[in-house]
Parts: sequence; structure tokens; C-alpha cells
Amino acid sequence: MENVQQYKLEREPQETLAMDPKKFILWLFLVTIIMLFASQSSAYLVRRAEGNWLEFEMPQIFWYSTVVLLMSSVAMQWAYFSAKKDQFQQLKIAISITFVLGLIFLYMQFQGWKELVAMNVYFVGNPSGSFFYVFTGLHGFHIITGLIVLVFALFSAFKLNVHSKNLRRIQISATYWHFLDILWLYLFVFLLTFN
Amino acid sequence: MSAIEGLETAHHHADEHAHHHEAQSFWQKYIFCEDHKVIAKQYLITGILWAVVGITMSVIFRIQLGLPDSNLSWLKPILGGWISDAGKLDPNFYLALVTMHGTIMVFFVLTAGLSGTFSNFLIPLQVGARDMASGFMNMLSYWFFFLASVIMFASLFLQQGPAAGGWVIYPPLSALPQAHPGSGMGMTLWLASMAFFIVSQLLGGINYITTVINLRTRGMSFDRLPLTIWSFLITAVLGLISFPVLLSSVLLLIFDRHFGTSFYLSDIYINGEALPNVGGSPILFQHLFWFLGHPEVYIVLLPALGITSEVIATNSRKPIFGYRAMIASMLGIAFLAFIVWAHHMFVTGMNPFLGSVFMFLTLIIAVPSAVKGFNYITTLWKGNIVFTPGMLFSIGLVSLFVSGGLTGIILGNSALDIQLHDTYFVVAHFHLVMGAASAFGLFAGVYHWFPKMFGRMMNTSLGQAHFWLTFIGIYLVFIPMHYVGIAGFPRRYYQFTSYDFTHKFMDMNMFISIAAIFTFLAQFIFLWNFFYSIFKGRKAPQNPWRSNTLEWTAPIIPGHGNWEGEIPAVYRWSYDYSKPGAKEDFIPQNIPYSQTPESNFPHENELIATEKVIESQNFNDQFKTHH
Repeated sequence: MENVQQYKLEREPQETLAMDPKKFILWLFLVTIIMLFASQSSAYLVRRAEGNWLEFEMPQIFWYSTVVLLMSSVAMQWAYFSAKKDQFQQLKIAISITFVLGLIFLYMQFQGWKELVAMNVYFVGNPSGSFFYVFTGLHGFHIITGLIVLVFALFSAFKLNVHSKNLRRIQISATYWHFLDILWLYLFVFLLTFN
Repeated sequence: MSAIEGLETAHHHADEHAHHHEAQSFWQKYIFCEDHKVIAKQYLITGILWAVVGITMSVIFRIQLGLPDSNLSWLKPILGGWISDAGKLDPNFYLALVTMHGTIMVFFVLTAGLSGTFSNFLIPLQVGARDMASGFMNMLSYWFFFLASVIMFASLFLQQGPAAGGWVIYPPLSALPQAHPGSGMGMTLWLASMAFFIVSQLLGGINYITTVINLRTRGMSFDRLPLTIWSFLITAVLGLISFPVLLSSVLLLIFDRHFGTSFYLSDIYINGEALPNVGGSPILFQHLFWFLGHPEVYIVLLPALGITSEVIATNSRKPIFGYRAMIASMLGIAFLAFIVWAHHMFVTGMNPFLGSVFMFLTLIIAVPSAVKGFNYITTLWKGNIVFTPGMLFSIGLVSLFVSGGLTGIILGNSALDIQLHDTYFVVAHFHLVMGAASAFGLFAGVYHWFPKMFGRMMNTSLGQAHFWLTFIGIYLVFIPMHYVGIAGFPRRYYQFTSYDFTHKFMDMNMFISIAAIFTFLAQFIFLWNFFYSIFKGRKAPQNPWRSNTLEWTAPIIPGHGNWEGEIPAVYRWSYDYSKPGAKEDFIPQNIPYSQTPESNFPHENELIATEKVIESQNFNDQFKTHH
């Protein structure tokens, strides 16, 4: 028994975990979101191939909102780097910018819907329009959940709880936010290509 | 056994013992509990209650089918207005009963009740973890399931009746409230309930995968995982990939129903009036639905197969035959599960070439399934079989799996399916291979792990009686049903009295119904045995089945955190039964090779050197950071 204890004291236990369980949970959650949108995309393509498909031009504002979301991702990454270097002032600014840009993105998506309605493309009508609303709506819903995650990171950043020794929260928000950004890029290109 | 005690004392650290527990309130301990063992029991009890409801429904519609002249007035106290004054079952309610029986049994009993119970209970105990990766998510998972249950149960009491479009809820039947009384509020509640159910399954599944991959104890490499854990892992992955697809198909259906979109609806006339919906496709729903629906079959079946592997190896006192082949066949089945969905849709006007592709892929499933059947039989071959109730149900599962699987080969043929589609042949097939087989897996698991769950034993004689009556009853129900199906009886019909071709089979239909009632009554033996044994059963010993897996090294009634002191390390696979030269006919996973020189094979002697490495590894002890 003494031998065992001595042995333990001499050597720190090796880390066997490749990944933090909480982060792993996040990645699995992302898989479910990917499957949700993959099934929607395939339904879209199958339905489109059947004909009777209303074609319409995507409103210009979706290009701008895409840029806004990309910028928010850059700000998120800036926040992460600041947290890593313990630069609290920059962290607070960066994470606030991300949050505000996220809100602006949502607002622009909503404006996009208004323009669609002005173009006589409605949620109720030809499935091509309905799908467009479903895609943007579902993504918008996930952006809202991303903002909620971000709020938690924001609060703990202002309480100085996010720093180089406690990066899990900011890492999770950053991963999720970047994912939502990439997801939107995919949807944007998809909807542009198969309009 | 002394070896285990020796090991435990060797690892005993006074300082490791320090974590103390605050007293938990009743609510924390039993209601919103984050302990995986309590959550597993919550799932089990809820599943059993649902099974009683679901099977009772099947008996009611079997009486209607097999004994069409009977007077059902005695059911009036329960069913009220659904029984007419003449004592006849309401035809619309018959459809609702069939729908709810399917929904309840597939989702609430055999998905939540089976996977929810045993994944929750066994994963942390068998991989050597204190609890699930996220106890909070696990707790949420059960309570979302509970919420789904409450909504579904409430829908049974609607005046218009619950959903009645079949458990597959094909639009337009499910999309238009005009289609059927149950397609109004009943279907709305069905969809709401399933949305919560999907959330529950995803929360649970994400937890299972994370725990298996990240929280294994020292030495528990993937090639030492018990097959139960492999099956739960693969099941959870299937659910993770397929349930979001169901969610999206349900979502589009909800939009069609409540917002007037036309994803699934087109060119529909009601009383000569055209509906405004144009451009939708009901086949699209079927594609999305069956992309979940087919993996769902394996979500139901794989945990039962995993439980069977463990129980058969333990009670044959032999290593499982073909451990790696068992894993490979489960992976193969899981992969194929995603590319065969269209075999449910052969008669939807599908391109015959596409049909033959799906037929080919479907028939390939016979290969990994046969590997499993073969391996179970070869594990039993020349074993010192102990016929515990769990073992009997496991062997019964193999029998049902083989006999139900054979008709799968017939149904998988797109040409034969034109004749057999939506007949009782299909009903008999999937009840044997998926329904009864999985239910047998559930029974096997309950009988086998009851001592670990409740610290008491179930009555063996009652268990054996329950097995034989159920086993005989199941075959008496479903073998004649194949003939009825070949004769052309379509499923979901209210009665068969008005057709000439069905007349000469009415006695067979009556026989099926009487056998169903017989099997139903036999289940009360189990119910009594289960609930009585929880309180009054014989006290369980430490390791009643002399099994190798880690859960039997934990205290008889494990507390919060499962093991007192350190989590045991793992040095060998879980199937060292009847090893030549060994003192006992089993060597638990936590016994190092250095303690069993008499039974080691040469390559295992070489592994002794790795034991120091295993012992020096991180403990993966979640509680170290918490307390």
C-alpha cells in the first residue's frame, strides 16, 4: 500500500482525456443541427426536382447580412484571443461587438423577409418560397440560441470570470458562433445556387 | 473473490475518501434527480406503465378483429362513448387504438423504456464512471420524456379521440383536420409530444456517447468494452443522426397544418372543393419519415441485442463467440440502416430500378444479422448453461430474431412486397423481429440487472413461468398471422366480416386473438414479480450471476458516485469465463493479469508490463473537480 502511494506522489497522473466532455457534448449537438439542415436541404432538392417551382431573386440585403455575420465571427475570434492573453478590456469590447452584430444580423434577416413579402414571395404559397422562410427562420432561431450562449459568456467576461485559466465558456461560445456562421454561409450559397 | 478485495485495499487512499455528500432533499433525490441510476429507474417504471397501456390497447382491437360479434359493453366504464349502445367499438376509435399502440410501443416503451433504462443504468457502471457526462442534461432528458408522455396520454382523453392516421402519420391524412376526427387536436398533441420526445432522446443520446467516449476508467479501452456498451453507443449514434430528420419532417408537417404551407399537400379536393394547397408532395414526407423510421427499428433492436450478448455469455459461462465480429456486425447494421429506408415505400410508384437498389441494400442486412445469430448460437454451444429468467429471455430473443428475420428476406424483395405490402404478413414480421425480440431484450435486462437496480432478487420460478407462457404465446399469435397476411388481410382494417375471401380465415383470426389475450394475461406474472420483488424480494448477493463486468464490483446498492473510494481499473475484457487453469469460472475485469498467472495465455503475460501504465493513468474521476 505504501508503495502505491509513493508511486502516485512521484508521478502526476497522465491526462488520458483527449477532449473536455462539455466540449464534446457541444460537437455532438452540432451534429444534430447538421442533420436537421441536411434533411431540409435534401427535401428542398427532391421537391425542386419535381418542377412547379417558383424562381425568385434573393433580396440584396441577405448579401449584407452575410457580411455582418462574418464580421461578428471575426470579433468572436478576437474575443477568444483576448481572453487567452488576459486582456480584459479588449475581451469586453470584442464580445459586445459580437453580440451587437448578431442582433443586427437578425434584424437584417427580418428586413429580408419584408422585402420578400414585397416581392410577393410568401411563406404560404409555392414551396420554393416556404422553404426559403423555413431555412432562414430555422437558422435565425439557432442564432437566437447562439446569442443566449453569448450572453452567458458576456456576463462572465464582465465579472472577469473568463481568462486564460478558464477558457471553456468562451471556447464553447466561439465554436458555436463560428458554426452558425459557417452554417449560414452554406445556406446562403445553397439558396443562391438552387434558387 | 479474495483477489478483488485485495485489489480494493491496495488502491485504498485515505484522502481519496474525503468527498462527503450534502444531504439531498426529497425533490433532489427522487424527482429532479441527476443520478443516472435513479433516472434509469424512472425510465423503467414509466416504460412499464406505458407498456401496460399499449398492450391493453392491442388486446382491445384484437378482440374487435378476432371476435367481431362480441359485446364490448363491459369496456364502457373505461372507454365510455367509444363503445356504442349495441356494445360495438367505434370504428374511428379502432384506428386511433392502432395508431396509439404503434406510437406507444415503438417510441415510449421500446425506445425510451429500453434504451433510456439500460443506457442510463449500465453505461456509467460498466465503463467505470461516477455518473453521466452531464447529470443535468440527463435529468432534463427524462423530464422532457415525461412531458411528452403527459401530452400523449392527455390526447387519449380528447373527445375527438387521439391521432388516428397510423403511427407513421402520413399526410394528407395527418395534415388535414377534415380527414379524420383524430387528425385535429389529437394529431396536434401527437406532434407536440413527439417534438418533446425527440428533444429528450437527443439530450440522452448525446450524453451516452460522451460518457462512453470520454469517461471510461483506466484501462477500459474500446476493445475491452462490454458488448452492451458497444450497442448503446451505436444506438445513440443512430438516434443522433436520425431523430433530427424526424424533427424536420414533423416541423414541415406542423407548418402545413397550422400555417397553410404546401410542403406535403397538393391538388386535394374535399366535398368537390379544391384546397388552396398546390405544389406539395406527400411522398417527400415518407422519404423524410423513413429516413428516421428505419434506423428507429435498430434503435429499438440494438440495445436488446447488446443485453443479450452480455446475458448469454455470462450464463453460458463462456466467452462471447466472435467479440470483434459482433461489434463489426453492429456497425454494419447501423451503417446499412441509413441506406435502406425506401424499402418501406416500394409501392409509392418508385422507379423500379431504384427499388432494386434498395432491395439489394436491404438484403445485405441479412449478412450482419446472420453473423449475430450465428455467434449467439456458437456462444451457447457446449456452454454450462444456467437457465436464469434473463438467460431464457435472451435465448428467446435469438429465436424470435431468427424467425422474424427470415420473413424480412421475403419482404425485402420489391416484387414480393407488391403482394405483401400493408398486410398482416408485415405486421407479423416486424412484431417478431423488432417488437417481441426487443421486448424480450427488455425482459432479459430487467431480470438480469434487477439485483443491481434494487438490491433484491426477482423470483426465479415466476420468471421462468413468465418466459414460457410469453414465448409460446408470442409464437401462437404471430405464426398464424403470417398465413392471414399471405391470404391478403390488409392491416388497419376495422373488420373483415364483409368480404368473401376473409370468411374462411375467421377462425384463424379468432385463434390469434385468444392467443393474444393469453399472452397479455401472462404479463401480469411479470408485473407482480417486479413490483413485489422491489419491496419484498430476497436480498441480492454481491455478484449473483458471477459476472465479470464492473457494475458487480460496486456496492450492492451503489450510492451517488457508484464506487466508494477509487474507481476500479480495468485490465482485461469482460468475457473471461471458464478460462482454462483459473480457480473460478469467471475473472472480473478489474483483476490484473499479474494476479492470475495460472490462467494467463502467453500474450497476456506480456500485458502484465502494461499494468503499471494503466494504474498511473488519470482516474477520469468527475467528482474530483466537483467536491
